[in-house]
Amino acid sequence: MTITPDRKIALEVSDLKKSFGDKQVHQGVSFTLYEGEILGLFGGSGSGKSVILRSIIGLEKPDSGQILFEGKDITKLSEKELINIRTKVGYVFQNGALFDSFTVEENLSYPLQEHTKLKPAEIKAKVEAMLELIAMKGSNNLLPAELSGGMQKRAGLARAIIMEPKIILFDEPTAGLDPSNTKRLLDNIHLLKKKGITGIFVTHDIPSALDIADRIAILHQGKIPIIDTVANIIQSTDPLVQSFTSESRSKNGHQ
Amino acid sequence: MSLQLFRNFATNVGNRVLSVVATSGGIARLSIQIVRELFTPPFYPRLVIEQLQQIGTKSFLLVVIAGLASGSVMALQFGYGLAKFGGKLYVPKIVVLAILREMGPVFTSLLVAGRIGSGIASEVSSMKVTQQIDAIRALGTSPIKRIVIPRLLASMIALPILTLFADYIGLLGAMVVASTELGISSEYFIAKSIETLRPYDLFTGMAKTMVFAYFISVAACWKGLNTEGGTQGVGNTTTWVVVTTSIFIMISDFFLTKFFILTVFPKY
Repeated sequence: MTITPDRKIALEVSDLKKSFGDKQVHQGVSFTLYEGEILGLFGGSGSGKSVILRSIIGLEKPDSGQILFEGKDITKLSEKELINIRTKVGYVFQNGALFDSFTVEENLSYPLQEHTKLKPAEIKAKVEAMLELIAMKGSNNLLPAELSGGMQKRAGLARAIIMEPKIILFDEPTAGLDPSNTKRLLDNIHLLKKKGITGIFVTHDIPSALDIADRIAILHQGKIPIIDTVANIIQSTDPLVQSFTSESRSKNGHQ
Repeated sequence: MSLQLFRNFATNVGNRVLSVVATSGGIARLSIQIVRELFTPPFYPRLVIEQLQQIGTKSFLLVVIAGLASGSVMALQFGYGLAKFGGKLYVPKIVVLAILREMGPVFTSLLVAGRIGSGIASEVSSMKVTQQIDAIRALGTSPIKRIVIPRLLASMIALPILTLFADYIGLLGAMVVASTELGISSEYFIAKSIETLRPYDLFTGMAKTMVFAYFISVAACWKGLNTEGGTQGVGNTTTWVVVTTSIFIMISDFFLTKFFILTVFPKY
């Protein structure tokens, strides 16, 4: 996908700075997310990739900087004002973060019960459709503890998208999954991509990111020095880019 | 060497003081958030009822056994102690006041702090370390409304009721022991208990349990919501809650009793 300047901006992050104690995790992170694209975000362990996602949804308050979404600076909003943003931005947690005392159906219907006036039958229909999408039909009454890791993540994905958010934040969705579960999850995300979703895909799983994303951003030393299309990233001779892509290149035969 | 020891001592004391200040500040801030969110929609009465069932059913048997045991033991001890001075007939008066004003509320609250405080702490801290609290927020809902307020309201409703049961069972145990061991008839025990009791004896005991219930639930939720460090953090949080709430109950009981003596109890 080629990003042209006339594309509509979904989210704009400018000069984000964040410290935890003495450690300055973000030292001026800036990037733009366009509507209809998936941006892959690479970075070493502890580089602050997840913190960017958490800041976008207001779970972390940056020390300074701006995150503009629908004309509002998310960093300045109160917890009450953030509720509206959180119904429009879905968050897929690394481990699914399903409510362990709720069944799968209760987990999926939770956002609909909280934020819509849908009737129980309509909620049920939406949940069933979502379970079909993630190939988990019939698991309505299972508790999270009864699900495999892959199923938990897919259920977490379903819960994040059931409100049809404008942006979906994927926090290492394939981490810890075996190849077949990774493929299943990526198939689900491909389906969403065909529907034109906008999202940020944080991962250590480079092949998955190259497969799913339209552009790739690399977080290094608290900044994003490189952000480019997947094609350009694959062909890049930049040592920083190559440090991430060399493994994937050798695995998948990308030249 | 001695200077180094003094420095270490001063550092430890300083850290303890800072920790107490941070805890007090954290609990105060959570209390303000609770007040802000308590009266604004959405409300979750179903969650309060669920918590009431949890707290009530999980603690009932424990409280009944403790009430029965403490009432019986007190009757026995006072009976044999007072018999030396020919004061055995004062047992009902002393036991009923001790149970309603002190033993019932404090014993029940200590047991609930151990049973329910630890339960709330481990549940909330597990939710924190598995990102379920983050998920509640990320899905546009409030952990204060969904987690803290139901547990607080349920504790403040359940603990006085549990204390009433403990009081009743404790008096029953004392009456049986007085009758079988001390030769005090049940009729005399009941008559003297009714003659001695005043409404404020019951209400001040209940008021104490409300204060204890508030602290147990809010402290457990606050610590749970601020848990770090995986499963080890969950264990640390649970231990902290049981120890801190027990100490709070015992210390605050003195000040509450003093307060009630100054304001509610008649001057002699």
